[in-house]
Amino acid sequence: MRTIVAASAVLILAVLPVAAPWLQFVLTVAIAKGFAALGVAVLLRAGLISIGHAMFFAASAYGVAFLARAGINDLGLLLILSVLVAALVGAIAGMFLVRYRAIFFAMLNLAVSMVFYALCAKLYGVTGGTDGLPVPIPAVFGIAVGEPVFKSVLFYLSLALMLLVGLAVQRYLNSPLGHALSAVHSNEIRLEYLGIPVWTVLLIAYVISAALAGLGGAIAGFAIGRVVPDFAFWTASGHLVLIAVLGGIGGVPGAFLGALFLELLHSAAVTVTDAWNLIVGMTLIIVIMFLPQGFYGLFSRKEASSL
Amino acid sequence: MTHSILEAKNLHVAFNGVKAADGVSIAIHQGEFLAIIGPNGSGKTTLLNICTGYIRPRSGSVLLDGHDITRLSPRAIARRGVARAFQIPQLFSAQRVIDNMMLALAATDGLWTAIRPLDTGARREEAEALLDLVGLADDADRICSTLPEGHRKLLDIAVALALKPRLLLLDEPTSGVSALERFPLMEALMSALRQRHITALFVEHDMDVVARYASRVLVWNAGNIMAEGRPDEVFGDAQVRERVVGVA
Ligand SMILES: Nc1ncnc2c1ncn2[C@@H]1O[C@H](COP(=O)(O)OP(=O)(O)OP(=O)(O)O)[C@@H](O)[C@H]1O
Ligand SMILES: [Mg+2]
Repeated sequence: MRTIVAASAVLILAVLPVAAPWLQFVLTVAIAKGFAALGVAVLLRAGLISIGHAMFFAASAYGVAFLARAGINDLGLLLILSVLVAALVGAIAGMFLVRYRAIFFAMLNLAVSMVFYALCAKLYGVTGGTDGLPVPIPAVFGIAVGEPVFKSVLFYLSLALMLLVGLAVQRYLNSPLGHALSAVHSNEIRLEYLGIPVWTVLLIAYVISAALAGLGGAIAGFAIGRVVPDFAFWTASGHLVLIAVLGGIGGVPGAFLGALFLELLHSAAVTVTDAWNLIVGMTLIIVIMFLPQGFYGLFSRKEASSL
Repeated sequence: MTHSILEAKNLHVAFNGVKAADGVSIAIHQGEFLAIIGPNGSGKTTLLNICTGYIRPRSGSVLLDGHDITRLSPRAIARRGVARAFQIPQLFSAQRVIDNMMLALAATDGLWTAIRPLDTGARREEAEALLDLVGLADDADRICSTLPEGHRKLLDIAVALALKPRLLLLDEPTSGVSALERFPLMEALMSALRQRHITALFVEHDMDVVARYASRVLVWNAGNIMAEGRPDEVFGDAQVRERVVGVA
């Protein structure tokens, strides 16, 4: 049943840009943010809120820009390498950050990401400062393509990755490692007494979440064609937390649902009013008050009622 | 002399001047079911905390199979085959009963080999068998936090058993368990211990349980052992009767 819902949702997404071409860009960016929000949602399982995940989003987009400048010009290779860059940054930051909990974890993630942001903005010679760096159009499987074709390829590739990566993350969350991750939130003492290393469980989750944010960042970089320090700004991180909460911490589809909702709302709202933040704020209040499980809760009532 | 699995030597611990372990030494022999009785606050839980690496003694050492484990973490000691059930159950309250069990089973399977789901079918069956053993078969799909206290206690014991330990440390396994369920629980526990060749130490306040099941009793008082022997010997001691059995 759930597979059918997911499959039809993806199908609808796939044909939408045919009907309304302007939607292709919006949807690509929404999926990109969905990946990053999924990263945040993974850590939410352990009760850890990161207000710094835009750092990995940006790190990977900068990674693409640097690698492209260094002469690598293949979409697949660039995606893989940039996700590895984000995972590596995640592993280094995570080794130190996953020792902390609650507000300390949130604030330290914020702090590290702000240092990263400042470096991106100030190291003009390397990062292009606030102007950022261009993300050129790469070759697709060795074939040079024009911009419209590339943007379509990027969109459909993102859709496919959403399914594949989404399933992989679902699988991870259902594995002993994923359950151990949720258990961190419940009782670290018992985990220790089961002989399960909490630090390692969290570090793995952190690296996965950074890689997810990185995948999103690379896609966003390609879609926008440029990476700027604002990718890493704390409001972008806050936005990701917001999407993760909107989508509910329940499941993988939630992050993408939340991101799609917010991006579509954004593009609709900016055409009628400039009170965009007001609308987002109100939406969040409504969701938290009436849908404590997020949007995803709407589709998985069975789990909710078993409580 | 039987081989002793765990030995604690000359332990000293004090909290704000209160001596919870005052030069105490104990040995747990292979295959025995050793009971510790003693008044509230006499340091019984503290002893378990030291033996499992949760707190470090000010001085003294703990040996497992002759190896010093005094400075090891609870995790490292757990991995050497020592499991613990707590006085206050330590569970994953937001998760289902069966998931608590399956995670404990997965922990001994080696967590890292598993990209497979937690619920492998076989693992669920093993978890259900253990739940059945402690009388929780009907609660498998409930969220832990909704269990009554007595059942949480039973689950905590089942989780410890799921680790397939060589040595099981039980902190008041029957407290909070209703009088009706107490003896069935002990019977099931004893048969599981015998079947799986598990040595056990249990802290207990119920003297009937101690008299019936313990193979040896240590009487704790103010951070030290005041008497030791078979249950009938210990309960015959006038001083013990006055200080401990009467109080408890
Ligand atoms: N972490 C701690 N910090 C401060 N004091 C402690 C700590 N742990 C134990 N104590 C104190 O040490 C003494 C022994 O406590 P412990 O819990 O070991 O006793 P117990 O014999 O298990 O008692 P009970 O029968 O009530 O479970 C008590 O006075 C207790 O207040
Ligand atoms: Mg105690």
